[in-house]
Amino acid sequence: MTTLQTAQDAQFAATARTASGRTGRGAAARAARRLAGGSTRLVLLAVALFWLLPTVGLLLSSLRGPMDIQSSGWWTVLTKPAQLTLHNYTNLLDNSTITQSFLNSLLITVPATLLVVVVGSLAGYVFAWVEFPGRDWVFLLIVGLLVVPLQVALVPITSLFGEIGIFGSIVSVVLFHVAFGLPFAIFLLRNFFAGIPRELLEAARLDGAGELWLFVRVVVPLGGPAIASLGIFQFLWVWNDMLVALIFADPGSAPLTVALQQQTRQFGTNIDVLSSGAFLSMIIPLVVFFAFQRQFVNGVMAGALK
Amino acid sequence: MSRTLSPPSPAAPAAAGAPARRARPPLGRAWIAAFFLLPALILLGALVVYPIVWSAIRSLFGPDGFTDFVGLSNYTGVFTDHQTLVALKNNAIWVVVAPVVATGLGLIFAVLTERIRWGTAFKLVVFMPMAISMLAAGIIFRLVYDQDPGKGVANAVATGVHDTFFKASAYPGAHPRVAGAGSGTLAGPVGGPYTSKPVRPGSGPAALALVGVQPSTLTDATQAASPSGCPQGALCGTVWLDFQPGGGTPGKIDPGEKSLAGVRVEAVRDGHVVATATAAKDGTFALPASRIGAAPLQLRLPATNFTAQYAGVNWLGPTLVTWSIIGAYVWMWTGFAMVLIAAGLAGIPRELLEAARVDGAREWQVFRRITVPLLAPVLGVVLVTLVINVLKIFDLVYVIAPGASQQDANVLALQLYLSSFGGGNDQGTGSALAVLLLALVAPAMFLNIKRFRKEKSR
Repeated sequence: MTTLQTAQDAQFAATARTASGRTGRGAAARAARRLAGGSTRLVLLAVALFWLLPTVGLLLSSLRGPMDIQSSGWWTVLTKPAQLTLHNYTNLLDNSTITQSFLNSLLITVPATLLVVVVGSLAGYVFAWVEFPGRDWVFLLIVGLLVVPLQVALVPITSLFGEIGIFGSIVSVVLFHVAFGLPFAIFLLRNFFAGIPRELLEAARLDGAGELWLFVRVVVPLGGPAIASLGIFQFLWVWNDMLVALIFADPGSAPLTVALQQQTRQFGTNIDVLSSGAFLSMIIPLVVFFAFQRQFVNGVMAGALK
Repeated sequence: MSRTLSPPSPAAPAAAGAPARRARPPLGRAWIAAFFLLPALILLGALVVYPIVWSAIRSLFGPDGFTDFVGLSNYTGVFTDHQTLVALKNNAIWVVVAPVVATGLGLIFAVLTERIRWGTAFKLVVFMPMAISMLAAGIIFRLVYDQDPGKGVANAVATGVHDTFFKASAYPGAHPRVAGAGSGTLAGPVGGPYTSKPVRPGSGPAALALVGVQPSTLTDATQAASPSGCPQGALCGTVWLDFQPGGGTPGKIDPGEKSLAGVRVEAVRDGHVVATATAAKDGTFALPASRIGAAPLQLRLPATNFTAQYAGVNWLGPTLVTWSIIGAYVWMWTGFAMVLIAAGLAGIPRELLEAARVDGAREWQVFRRITVPLLAPVLGVVLVTLVINVLKIFDLVYVIAPGASQQDANVLALQLYLSSFGGGNDQGTGSALAVLLLALVAPAMFLNIKRFRKEKSR
C-alpha cells in the first residue's frame, strides 16, 4: 500500500509528524529560544482567537432572540448568559422554505458527488491503464479544463437546459456540478491510479479478467484514499455552492445557500433567521471537515491550481 | 493466482522477467475505453467545451441574439463602460492584494506553528473556514462589519480603541444659550470650547447652564443641585441642562432640571489650564484652592465634551467595501496557503536549517535566506492557485456588499452575472466578460499543462 500513497499523502503525513529533533546548542541559545517561544505562543494564541471570533459571533448571535439581536451585540451574552435560547432554531425548523431547501441541498449534493466519483473513476482508469489513439491529447485537454471558470458556461447552459426542458430542476444543478467537477476528478484519479503497480493489473488480466472486473475489484479498492479525498472535496464544493444553484434552481429546488441568500436582501431585520440558517448550513461541512480532515486536506492540496 | 493454469496471452511477454515490452491492447479494449469514457466526454463536451465555443461566438453579437452581429464592440464596451471599469479595477486590487496577504500570513503561520506543541490545533482553527460556504462566510462578515458599534464587533473594537485615546464625548450638541435670558455666562464657537467670563475664586457658585440636549436622553441623570459645602477658597459650581419640559427659569436650577454629570471643567488663567474637575452625579464640581490661587480666572468647557460620538469605521461604505471583503477572503483562504506551505516546509531537510543556526545565523536570516528560497516552488503554486480563485470571486462580494455599495465592490464575475441575469439582460456583454475571464485564467491553464507534461516525462 505504501507505494500507492500519493505525494500529497506523504507530504501530509510528514506535516503531521511536525518538526522534531531540534537540538539547541548552548544554554544561552536555548534560553533565548525559549523566551522567543513564549512570545510565539502568545502571538499564535491571539491569532487563533482572532480567527475564531467571527464564527463564535455567528454562533452566539444565532442563540439569541430577535429582540436581543436588535438591541445589542452578541458579546453581551458573555455577561448575560440568560439570553441564550434555541428559539431561532425551532423557528427555523418550522420554516418550510428552509427545511425544503435543506433537503434540496442533500438531493443535489449526494447525487452530484456520487456521479462525479463514478464517472471520474471510470475515465481516470481509462486514462491511466487503457491505451487508445490520442489518449494523451484528450487528457491534456482535460488538464486544461481544470481552471475554466464555471461562469463561462452559465449563459449557454441556461438556454441548453431550457431547450431540453430541465432548467430549474434539481437535475440541472446536479448535471452542471458533475460536469465542472469532472476535470479535477479525472486528473486526481488518473494520477493516483497510474501509481498502481503494473504487475497487479497484468496478473489479473492474464487470469482472463475483463476491464470491468479489473476496475471494480482491483482499481477501485486500491484507489480508496484518492476516491475518498475526491468525494469529500466534491461534497463540500457542491454543498457550499451558491452561484450555480442561484441560476439553475427554481424556488422549489433551491438549496439552502440560495434560500439564505434571498434573506440577505433584508439584512439587519432578520439576523435571527440568517445567523441560525448560516449555522445550519455550516453543520454538515464542519462535521465532514472534522471527521475527514486528512482526506479533505489531501483533496484541497491535490486541487491546487484548480 | 494460478498463473500456470491460465492460457498464455499472446500479448504477454513470453519469458518471465524479460524487459516488459508494452503489451498491445486486445481489440476489445478500445471499445471498453470508449464505453468507460463516454459519460465523462459527453458531460465535458456538452457542458464545458461547448459553452466556451458558444460564448466566444456569442460575444460578437449584440443583446438581441445571433441576428445582431456587432463585431468586437462588446469588448470595446467592456473597456469603456463605467461599471465594468470599476469591476476591472477592483479585480486588479483583488488579484494583487488577496493572494499575497493570504500567502504571506500562511507562510508566517506555517513557520511559527512548527515551534508550538498545539500546532495541529492551530492549523485546524485557521483552516476551518475553508470548509464553509462563501455564503456563510459572507453572513458572518456582514455581522462583523455591522455599522452599529453596539452590534458589529469590528466597529465595537474600533470605537473602543478610539475612545481609549480620545475620551468619549458625553453630550454631543450641548451648548450654552446664545441669546436672551440666561445667555452670556458661557460663550464660544459652535461645538466648543465654551469659556466663561473671568470669575474670582470664592465669589460664589458658578452656574454653567447648557441647553441643546433632549432631557429624555438623560436617563441616568439626577436632579441638578447647587454645590454645598464648598471648601474655603475653592471654586465650585454646577453644570446642568438648563431646560425642562415646560421651560423653567433660564440660568437658574429649577426643580426637574437634570445634571450633566461627567462634563469636564477646566480652570484657565492666561491661556494655561491650572486645574480641572469633572461634574459629579448632581452636576456639581469643585476646583481646589491649592491649584487655582486667588486671582480671577476663566472656566472653560473643552470641546471634547461636545464632539459628535465616534460612529466607527464605515466598513461596507463605497471606499472600504472592497478591502473589507478582501479581509473576509483572507480569513477564509489563509488556512489553505498555510497547510500547503506547511507540507512544503516538512520537506525541507532539518539539517540545513540547523547547520545555518550553528553557523550563527539568526532566525530571521534562516527564514529569509534558506526557508523562503527552498519554499519558492510551493509559494508559487499557492499564489497561482489563489490568483485563479480570486479572478472568479463572486459569492463573497455578492453577499457582503450591501445594495448601496454593490457597484463600488463590483468584480468581473459579479458584473457577468448582473449583465446576463441580474436585469442587464445583455448576453453579448455577458459573453464578452466570460471570454475575458477565460483569457485571464488561460496562462494558468497552459502552466498546468506544461507542469503535467514535465512530470510525465520525468
